[in-house]
Amino acid sequence: MAATRLFLRASPVKCSLTGLTGGVHSSLGLTLLKLSPACTAKPQAQRRHAAHFTYHPEPAPSQYGPTQKMNLFQSVTSALDNTLAGDPTAVIFGEDVAFGGVFRCTVGLRDKYGKDRVFNTPLCEQGIVGFGIGAAAAGATAIAEIQFADYIYPAFDQIVNEAAKYRYRSGNMFDCGKLTIRSPWGCVGHGSIYHSQCPEAFFTHCPGIKIVVPRGPVQAKGLLLSCIADQNPCIFFEPKILYRAAVEQVPTEAYQIPLSQAEVLQEGSDLTLVAWGTQVHVLKEVAAMAQEKLGVSCELIDLRTILPWDTETVCKSVVKTGRLLISHEAPVTGGFAAEISSTVQVRVRWEIKAFYFHRGWSTYGSL
Amino acid sequence: IYRMMQTIRRMELKADQLYKQKIIRGFCHLYDGQEACAVGIETGINLSDHLITAYRAHGYTLTRGGTVREIMAELTGRRGGIAKGKGGSMHMYTKHFYGGNGIVGAQVPLGAGVALACKYLGNNEICVCLYGDGAANQGQIFETYNMASLWKLPCIFICENNKYGMGTSVERASTSTHYFKKGDFIPGLRMDGMDVLCVREATKFAAEHCRSGKGPILMELQTYRYHGHSMSDPGISYRTREEIQEVRSKSDPISMLKDRMLSNNMASVEELKEIDVEVRKEIEEAAQFATTDPEPPLEDLCN
Repeated sequence: MAATRLFLRASPVKCSLTGLTGGVHSSLGLTLLKLSPACTAKPQAQRRHAAHFTYHPEPAPSQYGPTQKMNLFQSVTSALDNTLAGDPTAVIFGEDVAFGGVFRCTVGLRDKYGKDRVFNTPLCEQGIVGFGIGAAAAGATAIAEIQFADYIYPAFDQIVNEAAKYRYRSGNMFDCGKLTIRSPWGCVGHGSIYHSQCPEAFFTHCPGIKIVVPRGPVQAKGLLLSCIADQNPCIFFEPKILYRAAVEQVPTEAYQIPLSQAEVLQEGSDLTLVAWGTQVHVLKEVAAMAQEKLGVSCELIDLRTILPWDTETVCKSVVKTGRLLISHEAPVTGGFAAEISSTVQVRVRWEIKAFYFHRGWSTYGSL
Repeated sequence: IYRMMQTIRRMELKADQLYKQKIIRGFCHLYDGQEACAVGIETGINLSDHLITAYRAHGYTLTRGGTVREIMAELTGRRGGIAKGKGGSMHMYTKHFYGGNGIVGAQVPLGAGVALACKYLGNNEICVCLYGDGAANQGQIFETYNMASLWKLPCIFICENNKYGMGTSVERASTSTHYFKKGDFIPGLRMDGMDVLCVREATKFAAEHCRSGKGPILMELQTYRYHGHSMSDPGISYRTREEIQEVRSKSDPISMLKDRMLSNNMASVEELKEIDVEVRKEIEEAAQFATTDPEPPLEDLCN
């Protein structure tokens, strides 16, 4: 079946997934998937290999009103604009958000809505999230930005111990459901260890929060608005490599895309592919290659909400195809693919046609 | 001292050049303007002492025993680099120099730990923990102040206040910009971080304070960086060109030292020029090496 080759820096490494069986994971941010049976193992001259995929914009949705060309960061700005306009309690805060943010996601909002609604915080992630929890508990729609997902760890205690458990431990007397944390996420080619991380797996181990990762501008705006409206604290990870690269016609009015619903992007019969964020686009190309070169029909699913994830859609698909491949950028050990494949194996035991393989690299993204 | 500062200055400018040529990629936080801090501190402590800082670390890598060759090769990500090409700009290390840390403020508790080890082992060594004005508001730094003070750790906390945390000026980030006072019960000194001799004397004083078992001490060095926060920051959207020019003309650390040496007849113009030429040559050779050395082998990926 398919032979995938991983290109890293100089020499090509042939990592064979022969048989493409069971739940195989490939998880390395900088993966160049090329199908070429006649490859040699000779180290090549030093070339720069980076994540390779082309973003294909999806057709403009017709059910949400007029649309406008926007890239991912502009669609986020649009969502925040709609929120600040419609909800007088909404506030946005984080490092450098006032001038527009390091990725320009909040451009123009301070001028439009005032400095008491869009403001900078000092450099203190734990403080930012803690403050956000309090603001949300007191009734404000609090939208906190963590400048890079790599910096979210000082806030880990606040998220896991405070935000996630607030409603439960107070017997529903208090909650911080109005809190949404947004953060740029994922490999970008030059981010190295501290500007490329995908920490969703750390948070999936925590009941009480929701985690969402969009694949493009239309999805991002709808999902972000759903997160903001959702009655639970949500973490919204934005694939930073798509901020400028992904451009689509996005509705200008507010609209919501439901959480915890995965989307089948392409139907197929032989193999189920599952991904979220940037990897969805990589797998789109994989599916096309597999069809063209091997006659393999792939069903591609974008998970969209990582926690709580849509087990029904994925299992239904695996019942149909009998094979599952999950691809994510985070290290393979303890990555969310492990959780998905173990759940699928338990629930769909008799329909799986092959053995379970767990492959990939547990190393730092973007080396 | 003059040679060291000049080396750092030329090395950083060369790195700027190589970055613009895309030979250095990724992140690059340049230290030019702040040379007096690194050099002054190093001349106030011993090489056997310990030091840890954040990501603006090229200068410290050099003062702590790294060579220009190794540093530049690390910037270009080659196997001759000081971290074998795997660390890059932000992650450089030498013996008793613990980096080179990307996460803001995270290096300070680490430094206190090193200081604890020094005290525990009774080796009369101290640890210098550096951080910037932006990091000074991180919770973990205050936690560290308390621990260091409680256990009387031989730790010099140094805040390099270059007036801007990325693009945010200190007035907009901190209620109190008296960073030397933030240690509360820890004694603090504030000084002109552009005057290398001043930094040296203060560091000597602070080191003596720690070594005599009196516990930690805090220093604030008022300094300035000419470049932006990193290579992707032009550095002029939050401050004026005039401001940068003024610092360059009135308080440049290398010029200040040069003037002092010349006016006190400690060196001649020719001697200093000779040093400049030698430094330039060293940097050129290092850049040449850094550009031609091969990249680390694939096996190093999971090593």
